[in-house]
Amino acid sequence: MLDYEFMRAAFLAGTIVAVVAGAVGYFLVLRNLAFAGHALSHVGFAGATGAVLIGVAPLWGLVVFTAGAGVAMGILGDRVRGRDVAVGIILSLALGLGVLFLHFYTSYATQATALLFGNVLGVSMDGVWSLLGLAVVSLAALAVISRPLLFATIDPELAEARGVSLRLVSVLFLLVVALAVAEATQVVGILLVFALMVGPAAAAQRLSGRFRVALALSVLFALAQTWLGIALAYETDWPPSFWITFLSFVTYAASVAATHSWRQHRVALAAD
Amino acid sequence: MSAVGLHGVALTRGERTVLSGVEAEIAAGEFIGILGPNGSGKTTLLHAILGLIKPSAGQIRVFDRPPGVAGGTIGYLPQRRSALADLTMRGRDYIGGAVRGERWGLPRLTAADRADIDDLLALVEGKDLAERPLSQMSGGELQRLLLAKALLGRPKLLLLDEPLMSLDLRFQAGVVALVKKVQERLRLTVLFTAHELNPLLGVMDRVLYLAAGHAAIGSVDEVMTGDVLTRLYRTPIEVLRVGGRIVVVSAHGEMDGHHHHDHA
Repeated sequence: MLDYEFMRAAFLAGTIVAVVAGAVGYFLVLRNLAFAGHALSHVGFAGATGAVLIGVAPLWGLVVFTAGAGVAMGILGDRVRGRDVAVGIILSLALGLGVLFLHFYTSYATQATALLFGNVLGVSMDGVWSLLGLAVVSLAALAVISRPLLFATIDPELAEARGVSLRLVSVLFLLVVALAVAEATQVVGILLVFALMVGPAAAAQRLSGRFRVALALSVLFALAQTWLGIALAYETDWPPSFWITFLSFVTYAASVAATHSWRQHRVALAAD
Repeated sequence: MSAVGLHGVALTRGERTVLSGVEAEIAAGEFIGILGPNGSGKTTLLHAILGLIKPSAGQIRVFDRPPGVAGGTIGYLPQRRSALADLTMRGRDYIGGAVRGERWGLPRLTAADRADIDDLLALVEGKDLAERPLSQMSGGELQRLLLAKALLGRPKLLLLDEPLMSLDLRFQAGVVALVKKVQERLRLTVLFTAHELNPLLGVMDRVLYLAAGHAAIGSVDEVMTGDVLTRLYRTPIEVLRVGGRIVVVSAHGEMDGHHHHDHA
């Protein structure tokens, strides 16, 4: 299957995206921000379709819109929390704008499906280079902020007292999330970023309480899901996005089952 | 030596003046109970001593320095958040996340850091917490873990925000005894907020009582009197002593927070 260039490109793109999504997703889940990733991808839809309309690759429209929304969320901070209605209405507006932009664009249906549900088999080698560039930037930024980010997550008041700017850390992190979301949509589309950004990280955190191990597991699960998903898509001719979301579900469900039976085992031991 | 000096301090949150005219001089090594009903400004006062908010009037000194500068000498145990109970991170990694967290870069613990974390966990009688995820800890165990984290970097001043909240009486006594032991072992100044006085009787040196925007400081016998509290609350208050316990009663019934744990 690696004889075809589009398959090689798909595996390369999937690998790059999985590493970024797994690593960024770990902190996203740790900070209870899973739905922020979801929201950012929705805003990105308007950017992606807008970019298509003016003849730019959708990835760059996504990056600009998700990054802008990420910064806005970071600055607004806690004021956004609990405002489900306002946030929901803005997100539907973003999707609605996306629909409008697509209306003006002629090859409507394929473009829309690719954006919404992903089309990793359609990534070109040029696209792979763009993804690699974005990945380097977002992983480097994550590496720089990860220490204060962890501190601000587990001990915000003390972190602030020790001179960590909670707002700066939050804005920088959401910028990293925005880049990761833009990348993830290239594989699983706007509606399914949860499968790569949240599923692997949540399963990893259930399985290990060690920071490094859980972070590594998160990346590993994202990679396994993506590789296996693309391979299964090749064998079955079903969409890769289906397989990746399915594997994400299986991984998470397995982690829940594993921790459950392990806990019951411990309870049984304690009762003896 | 003065650990915390509050000179004519007024604190505001948004538009609301939470406290004003607070005068207190807390000596190094003292154990101070900060008491008062919910919303009386206990957390706000701790945040001001940490340097998170600036007083709108007056001056705060921590070891004769402004609060922000003194950041490194203060240990802080925040009010417990419900999100903590969902964390699957194990105790050692949780505490490790706060080690020199103000620096940029990747989180990295040296062997000395890990040994230090284990020492602190032993000090709070929680050696086994190192390997266990937070989501599996009881309320009392979580407080011990948070206490160990607050002691990172060996602070001289320890600010504890409601460590007894939502613990039952048995565990309350355990936490108070543990804080006292740690205080004596490390010669700390402790500011311990609570909305009930009795668990701290016999342990605290003085009480700083906050109510209706004002504060009074002194020994329990000096502060916990009808006269002093009536002046603070600006409503008639009686203080009853029943079998070694202190009950605060207003003309309208018992005051908020001084009794309900007994029934819980």
